[in-house]
Amino acid sequence: MRVGLFVTCLVDSMRPRIGFATIKLLEAAGCEVVVPEQQTCCGQPGYNSGDRKSAVALALKFLAEFETLDYVVLPSGSCAGMIRLHYPDLFKDDPILLARITALGQRTYELTDFLVNVGQLKQVPGKFQGSLTYHDSCSGLRELNVYKQPRALLAKMPGVTIKEMLESTTCCGFGGTFSVKYGELSTRMADNKCQHIVATHAGAIVGGDLGCLLNIEGRLRRIGDHATRVLHVAEVLSGIDTDEVQ
Amino acid sequence: MQNTSLQFKKQVTIKLADVKLQDALSRLQSRFVEGRSAVISEIHDLQETRTAAAAIRDRVLNDLEHWLLHFEQQATTRGAIVHWAETGDDVNRIVAEIATQHGVKTAAKSKSMVSEECGLNDALELAGVAVMETDLGEYILQLAKEAPSHIVAPVVHKNKEEISDLFAEKHQLPRKTGIAELCREAREVLRPAFLNADMGISGANFLVAETGSVLIVTNEGNGRLVTTLPRVHVAITGIEKVVPTLEDVTTLLRLLPRSATGQSITNYVSVLTGNKNKEDHDGPQHFHIILLDNGRSSLIGGEMQEMLRCIRCGACMNHCPVYQNIGGHAYGWVYPGPMGSILTPLLGGLEKSPDLPNASTFCGACAVVCPVKIPLPDLLRKLREKQMQRGMKSRQETLMLKAWAWLALHPNMYALATKIGVRLMHTMGGKEKLLHTLPGASGWTDGRDFPAPSGQTFRELYQRRTHK
Repeated sequence: MRVGLFVTCLVDSMRPRIGFATIKLLEAAGCEVVVPEQQTCCGQPGYNSGDRKSAVALALKFLAEFETLDYVVLPSGSCAGMIRLHYPDLFKDDPILLARITALGQRTYELTDFLVNVGQLKQVPGKFQGSLTYHDSCSGLRELNVYKQPRALLAKMPGVTIKEMLESTTCCGFGGTFSVKYGELSTRMADNKCQHIVATHAGAIVGGDLGCLLNIEGRLRRIGDHATRVLHVAEVLSGIDTDEVQ
Repeated sequence: MQNTSLQFKKQVTIKLADVKLQDALSRLQSRFVEGRSAVISEIHDLQETRTAAAAIRDRVLNDLEHWLLHFEQQATTRGAIVHWAETGDDVNRIVAEIATQHGVKTAAKSKSMVSEECGLNDALELAGVAVMETDLGEYILQLAKEAPSHIVAPVVHKNKEEISDLFAEKHQLPRKTGIAELCREAREVLRPAFLNADMGISGANFLVAETGSVLIVTNEGNGRLVTTLPRVHVAITGIEKVVPTLEDVTTLLRLLPRSATGQSITNYVSVLTGNKNKEDHDGPQHFHIILLDNGRSSLIGGEMQEMLRCIRCGACMNHCPVYQNIGGHAYGWVYPGPMGSILTPLLGGLEKSPDLPNASTFCGACAVVCPVKIPLPDLLRKLREKQMQRGMKSRQETLMLKAWAWLALHPNMYALATKIGVRLMHTMGGKEKLLHTLPGASGWTDGRDFPAPSGQTFRELYQRRTHK
């Protein structure tokens, strides 16, 4: 099974090890991982800001780069949701492109969803020891029904204890450009999230979308919490959770 | 009501710092979110029911003129008089004319958000009619001279202590502190208003086309008094509220109270049909129904039509993390939360509320709970697209978006730009690996640090790994 990795622009720039963690997990599930080298961004920033034109151009670029692959996997529910649910909206007036983009969208998965429902990963390579709490990022949760999948995978790790926080499914306030445009409001939402995280006394907050994680980490550090680790679920599952072991 | 949504950002700052408001909002979640969650599961075929409810609303909206004329005909046959109002001012004029015609000096009013659109109370006072709000929350707000901050629970922004103080001051009675005592005091003040009113004014949750009935869904009983005791009843609502049959209403009623207040059914569901006949013991001698357009008809047949499905349950705002943190007044007009962020620009002009469509993270919590399946985030996005098309976005944002899109379409330049960018950010992060300020993104760094990147992009590292 040839699986294309769409690494996402945030992971590419801000935390590349999540990309390598994803490769390791896909290979552990027996996939041949292909990484198209010209990939950039799925187009969501423009699409959600009202710039449909740029989203259309980037959707076509994605189609050209990934269409021949069996599956596409992303370490992000937000970008996977963009491709699966919103790309078809961009081509609703072009039946041929619509059919192609929809078909590719159906083969596009958020990482944990893929590992559980397609790759059927048996053994999780990571060796994480300790307690963690899980934040359910909005798009993965509400657009792709990602809730049980990461928990099922984490449950395969004997060293992991999950301490659920209150309101784990409430938005952390990231929202892409919202986090800068409405910074004060966004910060308050992040702060509410951090209060719930801290209350669990878990050693790490884990999630499936780097945008939310940067937002949460940014607020935790600003309020003086330098102890709670902020990790992508791929980092925990793969064991690649520092740059040194890369 | 004056639209002040241009002040949205300023209001956010004020509301976030308002301790009393934050305290009141903290109770919103347990009351409405958990309340809904506890009873919505009673509907075993919830998704099918939502789909059916959306279909009922779409059937009407796809042929609105037909259903409205059908409603008018049936209502008229049963003795009601139907008036058509294009604007809020038209509503005010029509009500004032009815008041003059029947020598009305006092009016008792039950809850109506459409009357808030019109600013009806002020207009009637000017026309010499004394208006008394009789919904408890609306009565409190009338005393406090404030606007509702929620479409179902208008006074949700106030706590009990504020209401105790307000009653003591306005009623000139000893200060009460218990909820039951406060309610009793309000009833005693309101009772003569019901009995003396020449006119009762209500809203309508639904207009039933097959019977020409006005249907209202209430809890306090004031709605029944207002619509049956005074000799004149005026019902005011939006043209989109029409529903073909009573059978259709039953489907919508399975969803409305559960979504709104977490009740399986409300205390009262009143179906008001025609004026008082010779054989009737009670009811108004004159029954007027005013149907307001106020921009609604312009949405028919367009890409925003789905917004008119709305049955005003308030679930979208109860579940919205933005509303939960700032309350309803920050939105600046009658309708707050996600539905308001769409309706306010649509009915009042996008240029007057440029922030509202953007003040959402697209978390999608609203769309999941909407009983009539309005794709609220999609509609907000369409408004953002309109802003982009009409050149209403700031220069800075437009430039940033264009630059990003151009880079993303030119992978070699993208690789170079990100390579330089992450190195710079890595250096700026220092030993702490945190950026405390980011040029052009103070919105982020005023309240948060930015975790510094490791300094090399995935693209670079992957190429090195594969070409070793």
